[in-house]
Amino acid sequence: MTTKTITVVRDLLATNKQAASAIRAGLRARGILCVNLLSSPGSGKTTLLEALAERFRGRFRMAVIEGDIETERDAERIRAKGVPAWQITTGGACHLEARMIGKVLGDVPGDIDLLFIENVGNLVCPASYDLGEDIRLVLLSAPEGDDKPAKYPQAFLSADALVLTKTDLLPYLPFDPARAAAEALSVKPGLKVFSVSALRGDGIDGLAGYLVEALERLRSARA
Amino acid sequence: MHELSLIASVFDVLEEKAHEHGAARVTAVVLKVGVMSGAVPGLLESAFETYKKGTIAGTAQLEIVVVPVKLRCPDCGGEAVREDTDFSCAGCGSRRVEIVEGRELVVERIELET
Repeated sequence: MTTKTITVVRDLLATNKQAASAIRAGLRARGILCVNLLSSPGSGKTTLLEALAERFRGRFRMAVIEGDIETERDAERIRAKGVPAWQITTGGACHLEARMIGKVLGDVPGDIDLLFIENVGNLVCPASYDLGEDIRLVLLSAPEGDDKPAKYPQAFLSADALVLTKTDLLPYLPFDPARAAAEALSVKPGLKVFSVSALRGDGIDGLAGYLVEALERLRSARA
Repeated sequence: MHELSLIASVFDVLEEKAHEHGAARVTAVVLKVGVMSGAVPGLLESAFETYKKGTIAGTAQLEIVVVPVKLRCPDCGGEAVREDTDFSCAGCGSRRVEIVEGRELVVERIELET
């Protein structure tokens, strides 16, 4: 009996990363911008998507993949806006993985402009899983507190843009948007920051414009 | 939160390598876990102990090497380990730093009995 040591150096997320790369390449080839939304539960991901659906109506076609532990509720809300939506129920899993997206992707129409993936509400685990998106948005709502970026750095570090949500509640809360933005920028320099109230429609134009610019960049890189 | 599924991936690697080298048992596993990987070493250890029973790594020892965040600064060329989450260059204060280490989640090496 002999014992030997072998150097392996295998990334545990390699399988997910490969699946994500294939999804990204496939969507880019079809000229579709993919956006992954990350946040705690209840910070306004679905409401933001409803507001974006209103804004893009008649101009850009979007579709949504919803991730939740249980229920079809979020997909139903999106469909009520006339936007095709698929619900992935993870049955307890704390994040979406690329292979789950891959299974749904065949049903997503090829003539859309933007594909949104609403991750499971969780500011921790989804940060580690690439879903093949071009843009990752992290949402932070005013009631959650402005001290979250340094407490949950992976989510902010992995994001392209921060969306401060529920700004209509700012008069009633000690939340300081400048402090939240500064803290997020210390974790992730260069992070784009948007402030929105999806219920009132404040700030939605700015965010929609950012996404449309990214879509145009993706399509001109393809051409 | 998803440490058990990460450990399941570790065991996929162990089975593959044991098969490749004709090994009967895996006796040691070394993982490199970055502090920004999103995985918690203590939970990985518990998951490993639970998972290993009845597998080819049933008696294996797990060693976790925790990797701190190391930043590289393209402005001054400096490299430094950063303990907190203020990811700016310790040398020149630049915010254009890249994270070169600290996000890994890797099976580094294993020990096999053949």
